[in-house]
Amino acid sequence: MQFEDEPVTPGDPLPIRPGHSSFGRLERVLRSGGFAVTAEIAPPDSANPADVYKRAALFDGYVDAMNATDGSGANCHMSSVGMCSLLTRRGYAMVMQVSARDRNRIAIQGDVLGAAAMGVASILCLTGDGVDVGDHPQARPVFDLDCMSMLNMIRHMRDESRFLSGRELTEPPRVFLGAAANPFAPPLDYRPHRLAKKVSAGAQFVQTQYCFDIEIFRRYMDAVRDAGTHEKVFILAGVGPLASARSAEWIRGNVPGIHIPDAIIRRLKSARNQKQEGIDICIDMIRQIREIQGVHGIHIMAYRQEHRVAEIVERSGVLGGRMPWRPAVDWKNAEWDQGHPAAAHTPGRQELEKVS
Amino acid sequence: MVVGSAFMYKMRKWSVRHARSLKRVYTALESVLMFCEPLLRRLGYARLDKPFARIESLTKGLLLDSQNCGQCIVGFTGLSCPMNCPKKLRNGPCGGVRADGNCEVEPDMPCVWVLAWEGATRLDDEHIPLQTVQPPVDHQLIGRSAWLREVRIKVESSGHAI
Repeated sequence: MQFEDEPVTPGDPLPIRPGHSSFGRLERVLRSGGFAVTAEIAPPDSANPADVYKRAALFDGYVDAMNATDGSGANCHMSSVGMCSLLTRRGYAMVMQVSARDRNRIAIQGDVLGAAAMGVASILCLTGDGVDVGDHPQARPVFDLDCMSMLNMIRHMRDESRFLSGRELTEPPRVFLGAAANPFAPPLDYRPHRLAKKVSAGAQFVQTQYCFDIEIFRRYMDAVRDAGTHEKVFILAGVGPLASARSAEWIRGNVPGIHIPDAIIRRLKSARNQKQEGIDICIDMIRQIREIQGVHGIHIMAYRQEHRVAEIVERSGVLGGRMPWRPAVDWKNAEWDQGHPAAAHTPGRQELEKVS
Repeated sequence: MVVGSAFMYKMRKWSVRHARSLKRVYTALESVLMFCEPLLRRLGYARLDKPFARIESLTKGLLLDSQNCGQCIVGFTGLSCPMNCPKKLRNGPCGGVRADGNCEVEPDMPCVWVLAWEGATRLDDEHIPLQTVQPPVDHQLIGRSAWLREVRIKVESSGHAI
């Protein structure tokens, strides 16, 4: 979907519409009543920008925005600021994830200004996983803020044009603020209230944890609608394909906060092609979620299966014929290793061999 | 910690189960301190801070496993000290709470916020508890007396500061 006021240069911001907080495409799609699709882009373990562009191109024309994760699972990867800086320059709509685990209020406020200046229009505030589950359990956990005080702080920066300290900003960050929600973790009866609290702290959209248990999610949404929270915040339900019954069991036992009911594992086990079944389950889930009143979109987290997001979006029919923005250049088929500025700076293998 | 963690987890559970009566004790203590405020002021808050912090650390340490952040909010959290959360969350449970209600980071510890929800529902029948958005921790206050700070804030905001 191309907006009529698209900038000539893809990386330039769109005009901010009345009543909108940001110049972002995601906010526009949601506020215009569209059922939004976002996807998680996995940051590479690399300093090569081509690795980022290649991963983004997998989603061209299928998603309204991409989430750049911030050390998800407490594992080290390219930073979300870096990912967003590269991709916003090409016109992509980014949701920059910010975790409270690794940075204090000084660092986060600096990053928010930097990111907004680079064209990031949406920021997702997260507490973050504990360092113990990641690849650097020796690290010092920061947690100077939590997701709630981070939301409050960035809203203050945007609406009052001031740092948390009260010092004035000459230009506030025009960002659409998001948070995560986990309807599937105890205490279940508190979760809808927690969503309401995030809204009062500043959340304008939420993306949920993986939904594999539609019954729990339905009950959660019933409570959310009873409180009227769905009218104050855009809710994007998290979905994703499971690779196999074994990996589902592993995730259930080892990844905090993901609830997978036995029925899903049984369905995977009995399938001849488990990987395909995982995709089918994800598509079924999307179709059921779409029917729930008060849900405004889906967020696809296809960890290590990013190349199948297009298929999931297409087969589920979730876009209803709508075509999200895509770059004018088909980066998917571009020659990555030649002519790219990164390639010029990267010593080729032959050169390296010559040196040794 | 001098005493074992299993004992302290029991104490934490006991405190949230008795949130209502403990809150009453707290309110009474606050009235006493408010009554003594002119005296406290004369003696000097700075001088009293250390002994008060010590008393708080002993009493709240035993009952609530308090971590002495110096800006106590247990009145909002059903008498469950949020600083026992490994992520230092002051605004509710993270998404990683285990199915049995235990902590993501410390599997043997009951989630501080599951306890808080339990305690808070006992405390307040009218409002949905835990909904006040708490500001981030002021690290300058850690280890200082939260009670004196509270009394001081109350007196100064009510306008009859001497």
